[in-house]
Amino acid sequence: MTGAAAAGPTLDAIKARGSIKVGVGTQPGFFAPDSNGRWQGFFVDFGRALSIAVFNDPDKVQFVSSSPQQRLPALQSGEFDILLSGVTQTFTRATKLGFHFGPVVFYDGQGLLVPKKLGVSKGKDLNGATVCVQTGTTGELNITDFFRQNGIAFKPVVIEETAENQKAFASGRCDVLTQDASDLAITRTQLPKPDDYVLLPERISKEPLAPAIRYGDDQWLEIVNWAVYATIQAEELGITQANVDSFLTSGDPAIRRFLGVDPSLGEAARLDPKFAYTIIKTLGNYGEIFERNVGPATKVGLDRGHNTLWTRGGLLYAPPFR
Amino acid sequence: MRSGPIAAVTLWWGGRSALQATILALVLFGGFLLVSNTLANMERFGITPGFAFLEHPAGFEIGEAPIDYRPQDSYALALLAGLLNTVKVAAVGCLAATVLGVLLGVARLSGNALLSGLVQGYVELIRSTPLLLQLFFWSATFQALPAPRQALNPLPGVFLCNRGIQLPAFADGRAAGWVLAAAVLGTVLALAGTALHRRAGRRGGLPGMTVAAVACGLPVSLLLASGVPLRIEVPELSGFNFSGGTTVSPEFSALLVGLVVNAAAMIAEIVRSGLQAVPAGQWEAARALGLTRGRTMRLVVLPQAMRVIVPLLTSSYLNLTKNSSLAVAIGFPDLVSVINTSANQTGQVLETMAIMMGAYLTVNLAVSAAMNLYNHRLAIRGWR
Repeated sequence: MTGAAAAGPTLDAIKARGSIKVGVGTQPGFFAPDSNGRWQGFFVDFGRALSIAVFNDPDKVQFVSSSPQQRLPALQSGEFDILLSGVTQTFTRATKLGFHFGPVVFYDGQGLLVPKKLGVSKGKDLNGATVCVQTGTTGELNITDFFRQNGIAFKPVVIEETAENQKAFASGRCDVLTQDASDLAITRTQLPKPDDYVLLPERISKEPLAPAIRYGDDQWLEIVNWAVYATIQAEELGITQANVDSFLTSGDPAIRRFLGVDPSLGEAARLDPKFAYTIIKTLGNYGEIFERNVGPATKVGLDRGHNTLWTRGGLLYAPPFR
Repeated sequence: MRSGPIAAVTLWWGGRSALQATILALVLFGGFLLVSNTLANMERFGITPGFAFLEHPAGFEIGEAPIDYRPQDSYALALLAGLLNTVKVAAVGCLAATVLGVLLGVARLSGNALLSGLVQGYVELIRSTPLLLQLFFWSATFQALPAPRQALNPLPGVFLCNRGIQLPAFADGRAAGWVLAAAVLGTVLALAGTALHRRAGRRGGLPGMTVAAVACGLPVSLLLASGVPLRIEVPELSGFNFSGGTTVSPEFSALLVGLVVNAAAMIAEIVRSGLQAVPAGQWEAARALGLTRGRTMRLVVLPQAMRVIVPLLTSSYLNLTKNSSLAVAIGFPDLVSVINTSANQTGQVLETMAIMMGAYLTVNLAVSAAMNLYNHRLAIRGWR
């Protein structure tokens, strides 16, 4: 290597501080502190994967929850090193607002939650409905577009607080609650009588949820990219938390490179050569992270859907580790 | 002391010119650092500073807008709608809080221990709890009303439900404006007529009937000539919600009630202190003249107390106006709510913050100026 390229202000700050500051949201399954105050959840696990990639330790990371309204300015002003709070990757955010996005970690779409007693089976039946939507999300524009495209009218009730927003819907202030469908699935389980509500089948938008960082930190972006890809690649290779050690003696050069047995890869990236191994050993592969936090066996109960490997008809695809 | 522009500058500059100059230079340097740093950071993130976004289509819907606003309209119009919502809730709020606050302040001084104690309890409860909590309480209260299909119907044509208060209204949207204009014109004519009548009275008088006829007749004929249908529509349940009539949303109601109840507690204390500032001798003198308690309050004590009350009242009004920004927490689309959404969709956070600061500053300075003018008049009257 010809001299150390500038690591970028964010990575320098992370190393100087000795921990990564991660902005998260509040939705059990995706991000929530457990009874011991330790953060748990799908996005939280990717934060820990980053901590492993940078510090070889899953706990050198601080999680701070931020409302959808506050999170982007907070990231911009340097309060976080990365947002893992279910931010939708969009053209404007990437080109105009100064954010770079890592790989999509969750493919979502905006959904519509309605009470069963309304007798509505599709979004087009919602003419004249009142819709509760949260400030600071792409949902505010999507829902307006959806009703305009279908030539029907609606009335928004825009509330910043997640809890107040759900309360307004539960009390019947609005006919529809709109958010990312995965969020709605969780919200539904938190309502007093979940069976009285139905998530309409249509998705009115694409919501690729990806880690967001500031411009100007190329190396930090690459760490984010490859920490996420490592979990996907591991699943593709059939490597799990339980069996990862048995792969260390594998003769397959792709696996040897990936797990850092042949150390060339990690060195080039100035990371621990075994960062992928440690991530899988500590957190499991993408599928395990999904199943543990939001999969069908959990309270949240989400299907893999689009979030399955490309080899099984899903959208998850890691570029080659070579 | 000498006068003239040089003396004015010297006076403003003060005695320690070197210190003043140093501090000024430091402040300017600090400001320069702040601005250049901000611009450099925006450049680094690829954000273009400027207000061009105001002309772009906003793309989001606003739940209740006092002007005709559609998602395809510009951000400027969206911000205007938000600002008008803020002004609306602040104006109605100040008016209602004054009425309620004065009543409570007077009741607080009542000889009736129960009444006075109740008011004291109210004031303590409100002043010792955060406003945001109170707003959540009112918001939950309005949301606890029954669904549209089971709406309460306290008066014919009036419905209370969790979608808001449904009231009868003119079927044609323009009618309300014409009726208002006619009412204003009628009042102005009546006032002008009365004034003329009084002045002319000394020279023989203008027939009262003529004044009344003109004051009523002209607006009514204007109204009829406008050709706006004056049919009144009663709200009716259809589909998901009521149609026809007009709706006062639960968010507006909750915010208004919350702000009024909160500000009235402060105003009650201000009125109490103002009344107590009037020397007891004034009461005794009025009683000696044979005035009743009510007339003493209205004619003797309140006018004097106003000189203490008005400056404090001004800050209550300013507080209420600023507190209305908590609307964002309970879903009323006020200026802050629209600004938040705009900042989020455009990324022009600094620009939208500047607009918000400018708007609040303008509104509050206007309130302040009007109240100071009124205070000035009171003070002059007291001088005579």
